[in-house]
Amino acid sequence: MRNTLLFAGVALLFVLTGFFQSWNLALNILNLALISAVMAIGVNIQWGWAGLFSAGIVGFVALGGLAVVLVSGKSVAGAWEAGTPGIIGALVFGAIAIALAVWMQKKLPKGSTRTLATIAFLLICFFIYRALLDPAVMAVEANDSSKAGHIGGLGLNSLWAWPVGALLAGAVAWVIGKVALGLREDYLAIATLGIGEIIVAVMRNEDWLDRGVKNLIDLPRPWPVPYELELQRSPDFTDWIGMVNADPVSSSAIAVKLLYAGLFTIVLLALLWLCERALNSPWGRMTRAIRDNEISAAAMGKNVKYRHLQIFIIGSAVVGLAGAMMTSLDGQLTPSSYAPLRFTFLIWVMVIVGGSGNNKGAILGGILIGWLYLAVEFLGPQMMSFLTAGLPEGALKSQLAESAAHMRLFTLGVILLLVLRFAPRGLIPEK
Amino acid sequence: MDILNALVAFANFVLVPGLTYGSQLALGALGVSLIFAVLRFSNFAHGDTMAFGTVMAILFTWALQSWGISAGPLPTALIALPFAIIATSLMVLGTDRVVFRFYRRAKAKPIILMIASIGVMFVMNGLVRMILGTREVQFADGERFLLPPAAFRAATGLAEPLGIRTTQAVSVVVAVICVAALFWFLNRTRTGKSMRAFSDNEDLALLSGINPDRVVMVTWIIAGALATIAGTLYGLDKNYRVFVYFGMLLPIFASAIVGGLGSPLGAIIGGFVIAFSEILVTNAWSKILGYLAPEGWLGDGLYQALSTDYKVAVSFVILIIVLLVKPNGIMGSK
Repeated sequence: MRNTLLFAGVALLFVLTGFFQSWNLALNILNLALISAVMAIGVNIQWGWAGLFSAGIVGFVALGGLAVVLVSGKSVAGAWEAGTPGIIGALVFGAIAIALAVWMQKKLPKGSTRTLATIAFLLICFFIYRALLDPAVMAVEANDSSKAGHIGGLGLNSLWAWPVGALLAGAVAWVIGKVALGLREDYLAIATLGIGEIIVAVMRNEDWLDRGVKNLIDLPRPWPVPYELELQRSPDFTDWIGMVNADPVSSSAIAVKLLYAGLFTIVLLALLWLCERALNSPWGRMTRAIRDNEISAAAMGKNVKYRHLQIFIIGSAVVGLAGAMMTSLDGQLTPSSYAPLRFTFLIWVMVIVGGSGNNKGAILGGILIGWLYLAVEFLGPQMMSFLTAGLPEGALKSQLAESAAHMRLFTLGVILLLVLRFAPRGLIPEK
Repeated sequence: MDILNALVAFANFVLVPGLTYGSQLALGALGVSLIFAVLRFSNFAHGDTMAFGTVMAILFTWALQSWGISAGPLPTALIALPFAIIATSLMVLGTDRVVFRFYRRAKAKPIILMIASIGVMFVMNGLVRMILGTREVQFADGERFLLPPAAFRAATGLAEPLGIRTTQAVSVVVAVICVAALFWFLNRTRTGKSMRAFSDNEDLALLSGINPDRVVMVTWIIAGALATIAGTLYGLDKNYRVFVYFGMLLPIFASAIVGGLGSPLGAIIGGFVIAFSEILVTNAWSKILGYLAPEGWLGDGLYQALSTDYKVAVSFVILIIVLLVKPNGIMGSK
């Protein structure tokens, strides 16, 4: 009952936004909020179910975006001939070298000789790797550098990129988890903070991969979503518009956004169903047992390290899926927009406000905070101009108006602190 | 072979920037380390506390400049520092009173305190943006160079110039003074000793009549002061931008952990380890090697192991290696 009311309240916020601002804006916010809810589910799996604190969420969001570029981006003529095989070869070589180094660490007898040998081996491999990679990268980046200059994508439907984004994020999470899980929880947070920044740095600087800061635009839309212009030309749509007597331009935009919202809702509901099943299964009870007391769970014969790795991978994969959905929605990849405040810590606020450990709570938090984050953008200045209406024009008034634009981080921080203090279990607490 | 020029180039591109950046990191890491030692959590808000302190220093600098006060050849910000430190200390004491004290008294898990520090980070970041926006602010004034490159070249007749900017010299000198004062405080004064006792064993310290509230208050004041100084020095050196300070969180934590969280000496060593590794790995060695290798051997490569955009990866790799090999850090206890 309480949950239904909470969800109805959040829905009302969107309806009010639609009435007082515009339906287009309300749907924009809704789409981003639905994606945020998926990310919140991913974080909730890691933190709420297993108590793993990852501060590198932004990296997995970015990996999802990368999957869209690689899977559904247009293929670039001449890139393959120029050096794509060389790049792939160099990457494979690097992976094999690292695997060999790990193997050496395991097999050789312990001691300083082993350490020195591994370091020497890795150094030599690094130079070979650069020698293999650099010419291929130069060739690919020189190929049509003003418009392309990257390896291009497979040109498949954008929907395929969603599971690929999840797989990519999961694979990277496996590597990271192998190294970083098992650290003390605050060390894990700092290590993952670094990983998130490194992934974003790679996407910002490796132009051959995704054009880096030059951005990649014109990514195709996922399958059922048409372009507005196509829709306006299609006779069925114009007939239907004629019946309700609406403006074709704005209604085509709304129809496109509704389709996106439908797709995202399907994904969200499917995830929710899976999560509820998982959480109420013996497996879910085990993860909670590990979270609540690692030592006693280990004493009961549960492999804590392996389960942590498993959950870390699943959670990261869900975040990667959301990242792919977001890039599909935007239709472009802008690596510089992956800011940790927006994509790591904001998602944390969503999970904690919604109720960590509860899947519905994470979704509620995601949609509510997602709305708030974007709504403060128009509510803040409006409120400020209302409050300062009595002030004379001048430096103080313009300074206040300018500062209102930066209100949202402040507001979110205050909300996080209030919830953490007065309702630490969130809006929908764990059962 | 031209060893002299190679050495000068090394000093110009590696030694001087490394010492400067290392001092700034060490001061930041000291703050994180102290908070961890006494309050027992990793303070994610430290980067934004540095930003807040810097903004305060900028505001006081502007005020002083408008009154016509300056520090002559030195940056005016040095005069503004004490005022900025007071403002920042009041701010962090306020956050402790409103946020952290509740969890400390409730004996919450460290991770909860860490999440609360993320909330504080948001609030501070928002405040800082409301005050100065997201623009870049250049507030270093006074002489630009302590040792102008042209003067060095004229004096020595070497082909390679060596320049030391005033802000670089100021960073190192201020850091040395701060560290000396901090060690004197921790080892020689009653309050400092009670802080160390509290960090070693809380229960025992309480039994010996140490007032925990006072220890916590002094810790916050010192951490706020260190954050303000570190942030201002960094801002003087590289200009103020709000994003940069969040980005410094990782190198600062890496420095503190590499040295051993909770150990002041470790934080300083860690700061220099991280700073020099970042610069050694991302420096383009072609110029220095050019003086050492026979002519025509090098080709036109940059001899750069990683582009400077990946310097965050350097601190990360060192952090991971230390955590895997010696989890308590270089100076950490067993």
